[in-house]
Amino acid sequence: MSKWLNPRSAFGIALIAVALLGLPFVAAMGGQAWVRILDFAILYVFLALGLNIVVGFAGLLDLGYIAFYAVGAYTWALLASPHFGLHLPIWVILPIGAGLACFAGVLLGSPTLKLRGDYLAIVTLGFGEIVRIFMNNLNAPVNITNGPQGITLIDPVAFGDFRFSGTSQLFGLSVSGPIKYYYLLVALAILVIVINLRLQHSRIGRAWQAIREDEIAAKAVGINTRNIKLLAFAMGASFGGIAGGVFAAMQGFVSPESFSLMESIMILAMVVLGGMGHIPGVILGAVLLSILPEVLRYGVGPAQMALFGKMLVDPESLRMLVFGLALVLVMRFKPAGLWPSPERKRELQEAGQ
Amino acid sequence: MDIFLQQIINGLVQGSIYALVALGYTMVYGIMGLINFAHGEVVMIGTLVTITVAGSLIKAGMPVALAGLAGVSASVLVCMALGWGLERIAYRPLRNAPRLTPLITAIGMSIVLQNLAMMIWGRNYLTFPPLLPKMDFEFAGANFTAIQVIIVLVSAATMGGLLLLVYRTKLGMAMRATAQNPAVASLMGVNINRVIAAAFVIGSALGALAGVMVGGYYEIAHYQMGFMLGLKAFTAAVLGGIGNLGGAMLGGILLGIIEALGAGYIGDLTGGFLGSHYQDIFAFIVLIVVLMFKPSGLFGEKTGDRA
Repeated sequence: MSKWLNPRSAFGIALIAVALLGLPFVAAMGGQAWVRILDFAILYVFLALGLNIVVGFAGLLDLGYIAFYAVGAYTWALLASPHFGLHLPIWVILPIGAGLACFAGVLLGSPTLKLRGDYLAIVTLGFGEIVRIFMNNLNAPVNITNGPQGITLIDPVAFGDFRFSGTSQLFGLSVSGPIKYYYLLVALAILVIVINLRLQHSRIGRAWQAIREDEIAAKAVGINTRNIKLLAFAMGASFGGIAGGVFAAMQGFVSPESFSLMESIMILAMVVLGGMGHIPGVILGAVLLSILPEVLRYGVGPAQMALFGKMLVDPESLRMLVFGLALVLVMRFKPAGLWPSPERKRELQEAGQ
Repeated sequence: MDIFLQQIINGLVQGSIYALVALGYTMVYGIMGLINFAHGEVVMIGTLVTITVAGSLIKAGMPVALAGLAGVSASVLVCMALGWGLERIAYRPLRNAPRLTPLITAIGMSIVLQNLAMMIWGRNYLTFPPLLPKMDFEFAGANFTAIQVIIVLVSAATMGGLLLLVYRTKLGMAMRATAQNPAVASLMGVNINRVIAAAFVIGSALGALAGVMVGGYYEIAHYQMGFMLGLKAFTAAVLGGIGNLGGAMLGGILLGIIEALGAGYIGDLTGGFLGSHYQDIFAFIVLIVVLMFKPSGLFGEKTGDRA
């Protein structure tokens, strides 16, 4: 850790801190919509880092990660909305949400973690779909999730009297709701980054790495592979649960539509495209993949107007088309991701020779 | 009892379609160890091409049977070209890449194809042209239609043809060799690139046929229809033991029947608490339960752990 103390990296960290603090105000000049895009980018960083524990560190392919996010989001929605008339404080809901998501992770993981590779992938995928279908249909005969309509009027995050929705005056500045959420999310993201960094080189982190590289060998040196894999699953799930809670509070609305398989796949794409297992890479992947579609949303229509003078194709499908092509091209030319860890890059180069 | 028989018939029809799509997944997986996530979109494009070609030919006054044949051939050809192109663009350059990389390109291609289809065919549901006369049969209290009979027969014939191809021809032998060990197969003179391309092309042709059947059966089609169908078919392939042709066929039919029976009886079983809209979860619950007890699927080979 001594390298953190040298002046150059201290300066770098200070610079990043200033940039992170100022960013939402710069984005707000383009409208609150851009601040919300930033909020989501950071939420995805959080989610991607959670999934990175499972996929990147432990090497378990999880295609149903969004299920845990959904559990967290619905926990918040049910415990803090007029739907059941409950309005519990964040100190109660977030631990419950994380706990339930963790429980769901263990529930799914304990019978299935002996499966290998793609079999595990399809089981997690199926689990994600089961959760979504239940949320879509649990409105009859007893209305629990309000079905496809979702739950509205969810309470925002609040600490005592300080609410994160709406504009408030702080230090002489008028700070909008999305900007407040931005700082909350940045704080959470830093927390999860620190946890990720500390885990990576811990005893547990090294055990995960051993399992990822060679499970039999890991077992042979005395690692309890089952428990260690379950731990990765449970930790990833808890992070998903926390992110889900914040998502529900920030949106004020949840519906099963937000928790489709495509979302799981997107988060996985962020992890892989950025550089699996490498924390800065995963952050880069999450930021890029969450912002790119939005930039395209604003860029594709006007670009067509400028080039052809009229809308030739539906901008919505064009932007997703470009997005899909970008995924293919990045992976085509950077198979290890945009910013892989140095060790991984070396391994691939050696393998290529 | 007649509900039981009726649901078995419905399940068999749906299952034949799953089986055809599942074969596409399992062939590619068996040879390359890759989940071709874009396969469902290939099926969707097969349906939509048939609608356009057969629909416009019928409108132009061509006899229905001929127009239908032209539509099916066009869709098979387009899908074969698509499968070949997919392999060249998205998978071949990444053959030595980390395991998850081709998964992401597959997802990228799936997004691309879906949106391309939306641009070409629009967002709305399209009606499938009536290619077959509406005929109903009755057997022991259960009803079935001409199209259901044809779906089951054509799938059975196609699968028989595929088995012949894989187990009785030189290409098939090359495919099986490559599936076992690509490096050794290539030392024996097998052109790996050709074999892999062939697997994609054949799988896509089967997918196109399945697409035509889905369209004819449900009479509507949509640019998003490939996703869930692909997912179910992939589930079927895993259920049977991925990489195993017979497993994919039986897995598909089994899945179709389980779903149909589940949808028919879930209301009674749970006292009306859960209704038939839970149909989609059966596939996944059965999958999870089966894999808990047979980790490599029902008919999958037991691969020993290798250090």
